[in-house]
Amino acid sequence: MTEKPRKQIHLAAHFPGVNNTTVWSDPAAGSHIEFSSFVHLAQTAERGKFDFFFLAEGLRLREHKGRIHDLDVVGRPDTFTVLAALAAVTDRLGLTGTINSTFNEPYDVARQFATLDHLSAGRAAWNVVTSWDAFTGENFRRGGFLAQDQRYDRARTFLATAQELAASWRGDEIVADKESGVFLRDAAAGRFAHSDAHFDISGRFDVPRSPQGRPVVFQAGDSDEGREFAASAADAIFTGHGTKEAGQAFYADVKGRLAKYGRRPEELLVLPAATFVLGDTDAEAAELAHTVRLQQVSGATALQWLEQVWNRDLSAYDPDGPLPDVDPVVGEPSVAKGRASARMYKDPVGTANEWRSLAEAKKLSIRELVVEVTSRQTFVGSAATVAATIDDLVQSDASDGFILVPHITPTGLDPFVDQVVPLLQERGVFRTEYEGTTLRDHLGLAPLPSGAPVGAAR
Amino acid sequence: MPEPLHLAVALDGAGWHPAAWREPDARPADLFTAGYWVDLVREAERGLLDLVTLEDALSLQSDDPWTPDERTDRVRGRLDAVQVAARVAPLTRGIGLVPTAVVTHTEPFHLSKALATLDYVSTGRAGVRVKVSSSAAEYAHFGRREAVAFDRSSYDSPEVQRVVRELFDEAADWVEVVRRLWDSWEDDAEIRDVATGRFVDREKLHYVDFTGPHFSVRGPSITPRPPQGQPIVTALAHATVPYDLVARSADLGFVTPRDAADAAAIVGEIRGLQQQAGRAEETVHVFGDLVVVLDDDPAAAAARLRRLDDVAGSEYSSDARVFTGSAVQLADLLEEWTAAGLTGFRLRPATLPHDLLQVTGRLVPELQRRGLFRTEYEATTLREQLGLPRPANRYATV
Repeated sequence: MTEKPRKQIHLAAHFPGVNNTTVWSDPAAGSHIEFSSFVHLAQTAERGKFDFFFLAEGLRLREHKGRIHDLDVVGRPDTFTVLAALAAVTDRLGLTGTINSTFNEPYDVARQFATLDHLSAGRAAWNVVTSWDAFTGENFRRGGFLAQDQRYDRARTFLATAQELAASWRGDEIVADKESGVFLRDAAAGRFAHSDAHFDISGRFDVPRSPQGRPVVFQAGDSDEGREFAASAADAIFTGHGTKEAGQAFYADVKGRLAKYGRRPEELLVLPAATFVLGDTDAEAAELAHTVRLQQVSGATALQWLEQVWNRDLSAYDPDGPLPDVDPVVGEPSVAKGRASARMYKDPVGTANEWRSLAEAKKLSIRELVVEVTSRQTFVGSAATVAATIDDLVQSDASDGFILVPHITPTGLDPFVDQVVPLLQERGVFRTEYEGTTLRDHLGLAPLPSGAPVGAAR
Repeated sequence: MPEPLHLAVALDGAGWHPAAWREPDARPADLFTAGYWVDLVREAERGLLDLVTLEDALSLQSDDPWTPDERTDRVRGRLDAVQVAARVAPLTRGIGLVPTAVVTHTEPFHLSKALATLDYVSTGRAGVRVKVSSSAAEYAHFGRREAVAFDRSSYDSPEVQRVVRELFDEAADWVEVVRRLWDSWEDDAEIRDVATGRFVDREKLHYVDFTGPHFSVRGPSITPRPPQGQPIVTALAHATVPYDLVARSADLGFVTPRDAADAAAIVGEIRGLQQQAGRAEETVHVFGDLVVVLDDDPAAAAARLRRLDDVAGSEYSSDARVFTGSAVQLADLLEEWTAAGLTGFRLRPATLPHDLLQVTGRLVPELQRRGLFRTEYEATTLREQLGLPRPANRYATV
């Protein structure tokens, strides 16, 4: 009996985001907007031989009770611009940007990703996200034009159209022969025409085929529709992470959807986001993790979290006191805008009852309850424990690797790279040197041959 | 000592002459690599130039600006200019980076944060050249609005002039939104107040609430106010309507005079419009654009242009005057035009790197010898380099 070969782990660095996971109050916390912070995290990830750097995006500042949400980090850079600049200070690290398919146009986005792929010599990736809300639309020409049930349809079509544009150059058109005076071999290079319910465009695309042919495609989202979209069109799926068993079920589900699109399991990577706290011992890490949780959930943050679920003002309550006795307001979320967590709790009254019982049983205040029920760190332990846990999760097909989200900007990844990466390398499950130059190489995705279609599945 | 002049170089492909890519020192196979642009901008920085501009459009190049062509003997294809500027920024220190942005098909919200981010990654050296789109082919790439087709022959008709006015009014609105978004965060909005748990003081974040015929934008920006407060806004202008955009909205206009008298007339018109716009007290630079074919021996420059024209198959013409001669002769012309009221120049090298090297290696030392150009970078931001103060935030109450 031959043993199953050990899978190689894929690792990425997520720039700390604008939710309460990011601890800005720590004395070690640096700027979230100065370029030096982005350089530090990206260069640390590259020192650790990570697959890629990951940047999220939100196109309107979040609001709480009709005012700008002020308790978490606010403010971020433009995705393409900061990634293009990072291409100058890194050499191999993949550069993944989140770009919205609702408040953009395919010609522009295809041209931006082709440019980024050229400027980084083949390291660009696109995390395709959808949104539909009129709230975000208020910042854009078309306003809230898209119905909620249309958003995946638009995203699919948007991605397919952008792929058509990328494929409008085969890759062999530019001759640039000074002697003969032939610059282009093909007078129709870049020609395209696309017409459907969302886009009616034609002409010639103006960026020649980029090193990877098209950006690597990520899809984030856990819904059935999101999984199907990923199975049909993405190279990697970016997801949340629960238990090992939940991870295995998710993994089996999305990999199982690939066959009907003529794709093999290794053509879609499952890469959950994960947080971590390291200590010299497991006990020390656990203690530190609790301290970090308290930094992440201030009294004010705890109350606001409750207000999202209760969908009403709870400012009269003491975060260090018991849970509110009033029930949540059922209906359209009115308290929190511009964030997905407002829709996480499908049955707010049920959730409220559940939390009240939990708080009563464990004698928890509002703040302690929120610490208890909202996302705890994924990996807590010594470097050895964390390395073993990550390896186990990957080898047992709960994932193909992790997108690590440090809680401190920009140095939060340093201990992971210094302590955990060497252990994964010793286990023989993580690269000690980059073997290829493109992000496709790092992810084990076959290169798209020059001249071949770059479209959805492959 | 005379007032020093400002100097910019406009980078486009292999140079502005259509046969530039066939020159012995041209690197046409590298046009889509980062290294090509880094080398050129670093060379411009060696010459202590104020800034480089980067051409861009949302369509392939064409010999006729109004309609696409299917030529295969010219440079075709390009990269997004804002990203090229960002890619170059961490590898340069003193030079301003001014990419072109097409306003007609883009979101002011997206470009506002892109330019603010360019300002962050260059630590205060960002600008933008705004450009309207009037080619029907470009409209078809987006499919969101109808283009009124026109070309050189119909340009002066009242109908076309109305359309042109609308396009430039939209550009002015676009700049207004971008500027408001840059100010939508006060400089000290980030407070990190651990006692109250607040990261920002939301009294210092502002909705911009712009409403216009083409877009309405609520704000605030997702990106904090950039290092310069307001990055530099520039526009190329050839007639009264675009002069008005410069006068109303820009910090710097690029114009195309034929001679010193023409330069004086254009500057006079812009100053008048500036006054009408209530900006008489503000510094608005007016740079003269010139295509330059430079060699130590003026005869060699003339011969080179003839050779390039032969290769291209037609005599080169441009919206800007084509200057052929030595760097010393060019310095004479720049002095004469400065006396006519221009505050600086944007030189378009006919070929790259040759004419850029002539600018940095010959023209700049000549201007320095005459006491007309800096001998080192003294400013830390592009605004400062152009003598513009860091502006107060329009929303700040204190």
